[in-house]
Amino acid sequence: MEHNTKPVNAVEMNGIVKVFGNRPVLDQVNLEVEKGSVHAILGENGAGKSTLMNILYGLYQPDGGTIKINGQQVEMKNPSTAIATGIGMVHQHFMLVDVFTVAENIILGQETTKGGAFLDMDKAKQDVLALIEKYGLDVDPDAKIEDISVGMQQRVEILKALYRGADILILDEPTAVLTPQEIDELINIIHNLVNDGKTILIITHKLDEIKKSADKCTIIRRGQYIDTVSVKDVSQSDLADMMVGHQVNLKVAKTLMNPKHVIFEVDDLHARDVRGVEVLKGLSFKIRSGEIYGIAGIDGNGQKELLEAITNMIHVQGGTIKINGKEIQNTTTWNTITSGIASIHEDREKRGLIPDFSVEDNFVLETYMKNPFSIKGLMKQKAISDFAKKQVQEYDIRPNGCEKDLIRGLSGGNQQKVIIAREIANNPDLLIAMQPTRGLDVGAIENIHKTLLDQRDKGKAVLLISLELDEVMNVADTIGVIYDGKIVKEMPQDQATEHEIGLLMAGGSANE
Amino acid sequence: MNTFTLLIGVALMYATPMVLAALGGVISERAGVTNIGIEGMMTIGAFTGAAVGYFTNNPWLGVLAAGLAGGLTAILHALASITFKADQTVSGVAINLIGPALALFFCRLCFDGSAVTEPVNAKLPKLFGDNATGILANLNVDFMVIIAILATVIMWIVLYKTKWGLRIRAVGENPAAADTLGINVEFVRYVCVIISGILAGMGGAAVTLSIVSQFSQTSIAGQGYMALAAVIFGSWLPHGAFLACILFGLAQALVVVLGGGAVSVPSEILAMLPYVMTIIILIFFAGKSRAPKANGQPYIKGKR
Repeated sequence: MEHNTKPVNAVEMNGIVKVFGNRPVLDQVNLEVEKGSVHAILGENGAGKSTLMNILYGLYQPDGGTIKINGQQVEMKNPSTAIATGIGMVHQHFMLVDVFTVAENIILGQETTKGGAFLDMDKAKQDVLALIEKYGLDVDPDAKIEDISVGMQQRVEILKALYRGADILILDEPTAVLTPQEIDELINIIHNLVNDGKTILIITHKLDEIKKSADKCTIIRRGQYIDTVSVKDVSQSDLADMMVGHQVNLKVAKTLMNPKHVIFEVDDLHARDVRGVEVLKGLSFKIRSGEIYGIAGIDGNGQKELLEAITNMIHVQGGTIKINGKEIQNTTTWNTITSGIASIHEDREKRGLIPDFSVEDNFVLETYMKNPFSIKGLMKQKAISDFAKKQVQEYDIRPNGCEKDLIRGLSGGNQQKVIIAREIANNPDLLIAMQPTRGLDVGAIENIHKTLLDQRDKGKAVLLISLELDEVMNVADTIGVIYDGKIVKEMPQDQATEHEIGLLMAGGSANE
Repeated sequence: MNTFTLLIGVALMYATPMVLAALGGVISERAGVTNIGIEGMMTIGAFTGAAVGYFTNNPWLGVLAAGLAGGLTAILHALASITFKADQTVSGVAINLIGPALALFFCRLCFDGSAVTEPVNAKLPKLFGDNATGILANLNVDFMVIIAILATVIMWIVLYKTKWGLRIRAVGENPAAADTLGINVEFVRYVCVIISGILAGMGGAAVTLSIVSQFSQTSIAGQGYMALAAVIFGSWLPHGAFLACILFGLAQALVVVLGGGAVSVPSEILAMLPYVMTIIILIFFAGKSRAPKANGQPYIKGKR
């Protein structure tokens, strides 16, 4: 239905309040979304933007405030109410049944049937194909979810919402898991949807995507409504400032390095991946005290195995890894840690944390057996709690007072802060950070980059492995390009150009 | 030929209670609720079937009552594991403890303090009547066998061809996904656990109203656990569980047929066969078949 004469907002949320336990997550938040627009909800991790959208979708009940859809006040009791009002949501963690086909996932709960009971999969496929064609969402209705890419799974989620007749579509961090190419495709899909009169809400903390796709943007900070702006009137750094609440440097401010002796050395390293294929083929590099060594490269060129070899999670077939002159290859992970190497792994939930442990227990995963956390084999909970409390203060881990909470409930940025605080507390000579800012917002990214620089300035060595060239260019002092299991070229940061590194990453050579 | 048909007939007879119980396990676990308590639900069904069959002289009323009693017992399991989100294994073990205890208590109450019920006057009717001879006599199984086969077919159709089946499987794989699509996870799980209890109860009655004719404390001796093994061996498929139970039934039939003295194997060793087979099958297949992803996990809204 068009409202040409009197424009009615597709969504109006007024004075929304939500309290978890005794912790306020949303405090009097307002949101007005015009029909047929793309509206971004911007906020740091843990600012409450997902909570706000979950309330709109009926997954949480607000403790105060009202919701109007197309001018009508609605009480969102559960997702069924939301679906009936024409709201669809694509969650950040996809809600798909892995062993079902695409079509089965789409029709689940609103099945096409013969005689009211028996599934009519032919009709289902036709309906799904019609939607796929209409909006250009390329995906095979007969494919199983576990066999298709993350980008395709996201399209299935969008199809699910469209199949239920959604006019208002909420996308929760839709680009966090996508490749750059998939992101462009998604933005195209969003345009197709808006051209068809749909309203799109995007939860995000990526500023460039807001500029690329959104019309309006509402900013939320620590559960407070800050402002709603027209995207074309503001710059990315304006948005960043409003989101974080203070001036943000999108560029890292850093001094020249002051390198001294070599702390860490990898020489002619050979290793195989889980399938037994050689992926490190004679990789060598050195890091000096007071230096950040950045490894740039495309995913799958041996970055993962390099970190696993250093942390002794896999054995190497040849070469040496030395820290302060001592060889550590083919020993134990414990030996890596006690030799003065701290590491931040790529997948925090799998390798950095135990999600169902409390924050304070996660803080002592490597030191629980040491004084003062353990005395004569018995753990001292008080000492652990005190330590955790101090770290939570020092690293501004939110929400404040979260020491006893399960770490699973913290936002990604705050989980990462816990890992970094824990690793640095060991006072390592070498800090390895692999994709340390993946999925984090600008405030958290700035914070983590600062921490890496602090380590460097204390005279430590830092190894940064990142798939994001910008990050390596911004933070590292020396850049090594990894390609096919080798460092193909090494250069000081100030002599590096994105163009040259880009060529080397793809296996080309700058001389060609 | 005679021995072979006899083997098949006896195997079907022994498999039937397990088939019904295993189907109960399949539907409950497909919805994401582990049901260790099948053994206890079978015991309750076995007693109720025998007692009602004795007092009414109608074995079919006995089967009906047994299903009802099993379903009622299952409500306990559903309450604990779905509503109160208790550990499903603990709740199931509790059912296995309370099942035989309740059966014995009511048995003493109804049968003058005896731990066994009086034999029923009428057992379940046989397929080829009471006067069959030859091969027909060997294959003369009771109607519960037909019911078990029908139940297998119906459950397969429901799980794979109807919208309810799609929802049940979704709830067992990813309850959060089902929830966001407006499917009532708790309701689906309740229904499946109760059906599971009804089937297990009827399985118990199949023991006391067709294999033997009375209830004693050893009527149900591990058939429920074997049914659970059959669920795993059969990869949580109705027909898979059915075939696994037939295999266990064959093992028991071997005990009966060979135990007649044809071969000189001590009967104690033979009697171990079905149980040893269960263990061996579990060792080799338990790790390989894929359980429903959310099996055994209580669904808590909003937990990531």
